[in-house]
Amino acid sequence: MAQKILRIVIAGEGGQGVQAIANILSEAAYNKGKQVLYIPNFGVEQRGGVSIAFMQISNGPIDTMKFAKADIVIALSPRSVARTAQYADKRTLFVYDSSNEIDETSLPAITKKTMAIPAIDIVKTEFHPIVLNIFVMGAVIGVTKVVDLEAAKAALEDKLGYKFAKNPSLREMNFAALQRGMQEVGA
Amino acid sequence: MKKEYIVDTPRMPVSWREETKAHKFCPGCGHGLILKALGQAIDELGIQDRIVFVCDIGCCLLAWDLFNTDGVQTHHGRAVPVATGVKRANPDSICIAYMGDGGGYAIGAQHLVNATARNERITVLLANNTNYAMTGGQMAPTTLIGQKTETCPYGRSIEQHGEPTRGPEMVAAIAGHGAYVARGTVSQMNQLKKQIKTALQTQLDGSGFSFVEALATCPTNWRTNAHETWQFLNNNMGAYFQTGEFKKPEEQEV
Amino acid sequence: MKDLKEKNETKDKYAVRPIVGEKRAFATGNEVVAWAALAADADIMYGYPITPQNEIMHYWTRMSEKYGRGFLQTEDETSAGFTTLGGVLAGRRSFTATSGPGNMLMQESMCMAEMMRLPTVMIVQQRGGPSTATVIYSQQEVNLTCFGGNGEGFRIVYSTCSHQELFDYTINAFNVAWTHRFPVFVLGDGYQAKMREPVTMYDPRDKGITMVPTEPYVLKEGCAGVDREPQQMRNTYNTEEELNEVVEGLNAAYQAVIPQVVKHEEYACEDADYVIVAHGVVTRAAQAAVEYFREKGLKVGHFRPVTLRPFPGEAFRPIADRAKKILVAESALGQMRRIMTDTIYGCSTPMVNFFKPGEGISTEEIIVKVEEMMAEDK
Repeated sequence: MAQKILRIVIAGEGGQGVQAIANILSEAAYNKGKQVLYIPNFGVEQRGGVSIAFMQISNGPIDTMKFAKADIVIALSPRSVARTAQYADKRTLFVYDSSNEIDETSLPAITKKTMAIPAIDIVKTEFHPIVLNIFVMGAVIGVTKVVDLEAAKAALEDKLGYKFAKNPSLREMNFAALQRGMQEVGA
Repeated sequence: MKKEYIVDTPRMPVSWREETKAHKFCPGCGHGLILKALGQAIDELGIQDRIVFVCDIGCCLLAWDLFNTDGVQTHHGRAVPVATGVKRANPDSICIAYMGDGGGYAIGAQHLVNATARNERITVLLANNTNYAMTGGQMAPTTLIGQKTETCPYGRSIEQHGEPTRGPEMVAAIAGHGAYVARGTVSQMNQLKKQIKTALQTQLDGSGFSFVEALATCPTNWRTNAHETWQFLNNNMGAYFQTGEFKKPEEQEV
Repeated sequence: MKDLKEKNETKDKYAVRPIVGEKRAFATGNEVVAWAALAADADIMYGYPITPQNEIMHYWTRMSEKYGRGFLQTEDETSAGFTTLGGVLAGRRSFTATSGPGNMLMQESMCMAEMMRLPTVMIVQQRGGPSTATVIYSQQEVNLTCFGGNGEGFRIVYSTCSHQELFDYTINAFNVAWTHRFPVFVLGDGYQAKMREPVTMYDPRDKGITMVPTEPYVLKEGCAGVDREPQQMRNTYNTEEELNEVVEGLNAAYQAVIPQVVKHEEYACEDADYVIVAHGVVTRAAQAAVEYFREKGLKVGHFRPVTLRPFPGEAFRPIADRAKKILVAESALGQMRRIMTDTIYGCSTPMVNFFKPGEGISTEEIIVKVEEMMAEDK
C-alpha cells in the first residue's frame, strides 16, 4: 500500500537530463532487487517543455501508475517548481534549485520540508554544467537512500562507461559531482 | 432429324475460370477486355501458379472469381496495401492489384503514391472509364472537362473540379529505378496486352513497381450506343489521355 | 519447389532463439511487446508512427533485422492494417500496433479481417481521446477496439495490466488468432507502453507453449485451377439472405469460441458486499484497495474482466447479484461499463460510476469512493 512505496518526482527544463537521472536511478534500484515503476511524462512537445519523471520504488508490487502526492519532489527550474507544486503535501520533501530567482508564491504552501539548493551555481563554479544531472542524482540519492553511492557509481559506469573510457577525467568529474550532490543535501 | 450445330469454343485465356463465365460486367464494358489482356499475359508468362489477384471495390470487384488463380477482394482503395502486404510477406508471389480510377486516384491515392515511391514489387492495373460506375455514374478524378455525370450534371468544369487526373504521368513522375509505367486502351488490345505483360515481367524481374492504366468503356453510365461508346473512348478520352509507355525499367540503367 | 525451399529457410531463420531461458528485464512495455512478438516467431510487422506506440516499432526494427523478420513502415494506419491482412493472407504471423487516431484508421481493415476470419494481431496502446487529445494514457479505446467498424465485434480483446501480461498475452494473441481465426487485440495503454517495470521474458517453448502453425490463405501448394480449386476470398455479397447467412455463420463460429477464450479474474468476490469492477492498469489500484479493506475486515472484492470482448458476463452475474453495490472504475466515461451492463441485464444491484476519462486512477481514490458507498449504506 501507499506508505510502503517511495514516490519521487523529478522535473526540469528539457535538456537538463531529468529523464536520464530517472533512468539511471530506477535501473540502479531495480538491480538492487526493488520493484520500480518509472514513467516519463511524454506530452506532444518533444523539446522545450518541462520534463517530468515519475518514479515509484518499493519492496512490494506497485499498484498505481499515477500518484497524486510524492514523497520527494525535485524541481530544477522556476517553471518546474510551478508545475510540480501540485505533487507536494505534508509528507513531501520539496527540493528546488535556487540558482534562478523563484517566485516564492509558486512554491507549495505545505510540505514536510522545503529545501533550496543552488545546484546550477554549484555545478557551474565547481564542475561543469554538463554534470548538473549527476549532481542532482547525488542529491536524490542523498535524500531518498534508494541506493548507496557504490550502486550509483556502478550504474553510472554502466551507462557512461564508454565515455569514461575515452576520457577518464570525465569519470572523476561525474563521481565528484555525484558525491557533492549527496553532500549538499546533508548525506 | 437432330440439327447439328458447330460449336466454336470461345478463345478464353487459359487462366480464366470457365465455371464463373460469363462474367458479370454490363454489355460493352471495358473490364472484360482488360481482364482478357491480363489473362493472356498470365498465360504467356506461365505464372498462373504464382498469381494473387487483389481486387478493389467498384466494378472491378466483379472480377473477384474470374481467374483460375488465387485472389482476394478488398475494400475501396485498399487493393494496393493488401497486395503490398502479401508481396512483402511472400516475395515469390506475383501480386496484381486491380482497381478503377476512383480506387487508384481518389480514395486509394495515398497508397498508390507511396507504393510507387517505395517501388513495391507489385503490379497495379487500373481501369479508367472516367466515372464511378458501380455506384451509378458519379464524377471521377478522370472525368473529362464538359463530361456530364450524376454529380456534375452540367458537365465537369476546370474552375470547380480541376483538370482530370493523368494517372500514369503522375506515377511516372515519382516512380523509382526499375519501374514500369504505361497507359493502354481497350481499343488497342495487342498494345494493352504487351504493356500488361511487360508490367508483370517487371515484377517477375523484381526490378520495381509496375503500373498500367487501361482506358475503358462504360456505355451504361455514359448512356452511349456502340458507335458513340467507341467514339468517346477513341476521340474524347484519346485526346486527353495519351497512350504509350511513360517509364521503362531499362531506361534507368543507361 | 520454391515454397518448400522457403519453408526450409524459414525453419533455419527461427532456429536462433532470441530469448534463451528466463530473462529478467527492467524495460518499457513497448520493448516488452517487441520481444514477445519476436519470441512468438512473428514473421512481419507493418506499422506507422504514433505515440505512445512508437517504440514497439523501434525495438522490432532493431531486432527483426538480426533475426531475419520483416518490417514495413507504411504511408498511414489504413495501409498498416491492410498490409497486415496481406501478411496474414500470405500465411505469415503478422502484426501491427497503434493508438488513438491510428486505431480509428485500422478499424477498416479489422472489419475485413472479421468478415474473412483473418488472424491478425494488433497491439493498442490507448491514448487520450476524442480526436488527437493526449499521447499519454486513457481507457477510451474500448468501444473502438471491441466494436470498431460496421460489424458485430467478432474479435477477441485482451486488456492487460502489467508488462508481464503484455509479454504473455502478446504471445498468446498469435496462438488464439491462428487457432480461432478471428482478429485478436492486446489492449494496453500509454502507461504500460512508456513505463519501465520488471518483467520475466521467456521462450514460449520452454514454458510448454507451442506456437500454433500458420498456413497461407493464398498460394497454397500446387497451381490454382489446375491442381486445386483457386482460393478466392471476398467480403462483398449480393443479397440480404446471402449476407445474413454469412454473418450468422460468423456469429455461430464466434459464439463457439467464446467459452474457450473468455477470461476474468476475481479478488475476494465470494462474500463481497462491495465489488469494484476495473480493467487494464486500473485493476492494480482495485486489487490494492481490496487488500486495504480486507485487512480491515471489510467485505470488498474486485472483478476484473481480462477479455473485454467477449465480456465475462456469465462469471460476473452471480457476483453482481449478491453484491450490495458495484463500483465501476474506468479512465473513460463508461465504455467498459456499457459492455458490462449489457451482459448482466436485469441485475438490480446499484452501480456507482467512478469515471476519469483520460486520467489515471489511484488506489487512494478508489478507497475513498468505496468508503463513500459504505457511508451511504450506514
